[in-house]
Amino acid sequence: MNPATLNDYVLLSALLFAIGFFGVLLRRNTLVVFMSLELMLIASTLALVAFSRHNGTNDGNVFVFFIFTVAAAEVAVGLALIVALFRKRHTIQLNELNSLKN
Amino acid sequence: MAPFLFTFFSLFTIATAVGVVVNKNAVNAAMCLLLSLVGVAGLFVQLDAYLLAFILLLVYAGAVVALFLFIIMLLDTHDSKAQGLNKLSGVAPLAALGLLLAGVSTFVAKGKLATSDLLTVPAAGANLKLYAYQLFTTYLLPVQVIGFLLLIAMLGVIVLSKKHEGLDDTK
Repeated sequence: MNPATLNDYVLLSALLFAIGFFGVLLRRNTLVVFMSLELMLIASTLALVAFSRHNGTNDGNVFVFFIFTVAAAEVAVGLALIVALFRKRHTIQLNELNSLKN
Repeated sequence: MAPFLFTFFSLFTIATAVGVVVNKNAVNAAMCLLLSLVGVAGLFVQLDAYLLAFILLLVYAGAVVALFLFIIMLLDTHDSKAQGLNKLSGVAPLAALGLLLAGVSTFVAKGKLATSDLLTVPAAGANLKLYAYQLFTTYLLPVQVIGFLLLIAMLGVIVLSKKHEGLDDTK
């Protein structure tokens, strides 16, 4: 078996991103959509770490550090928004949130 | 040993990521997300980014997934009987997924990314001192901006979770 190369890591991160993207488009539950978004973020950090490792620099890793911080803030605000939404509409299914339709 | 570990962790991560998307129950999806994050943390260790692997486990697996579980319990979402996807909204994600996968796999297969073993390059990410040095010199301004962002996020959450009287726009 060959050792893992940069190509393998980039392919894996792209696959993970595609799965998250699929989840965002397919699911109706807002919480699961949000989880898929997190999956996409993680996929991008995996690519950054792999490139950083390949180039022998640390800048990519520092960016990942920042991405984690932003993601933590995003989760806090996003979940607060979902709770506020549930208080108003009593549902978090995306296909029932259609009051702008007519 | 390393190639085996890469294969194991990558398959584990992909399988649990699929689990997040296809699980009907939101709690099971959150648990799959947790496992997927553990797999990615294993890959980070393979890439010698030990600090990031640890932070991933602490912040994501520890805090974010726990927060998700709290909200799932709080909202108690009864899955609304999966009223069959209508045709367009079922096909569109599949088409998008196929296009994305085709584009990326072509890029990876034909791209001129280096195919040499990653282990021939010295690992900068294993050096904890380097993180501290860069965060306090090159990236000093981003660190302060991020601190401010966290403050704003905290204030935003407090405002959002307050009850506002007289702003109710439902019937």
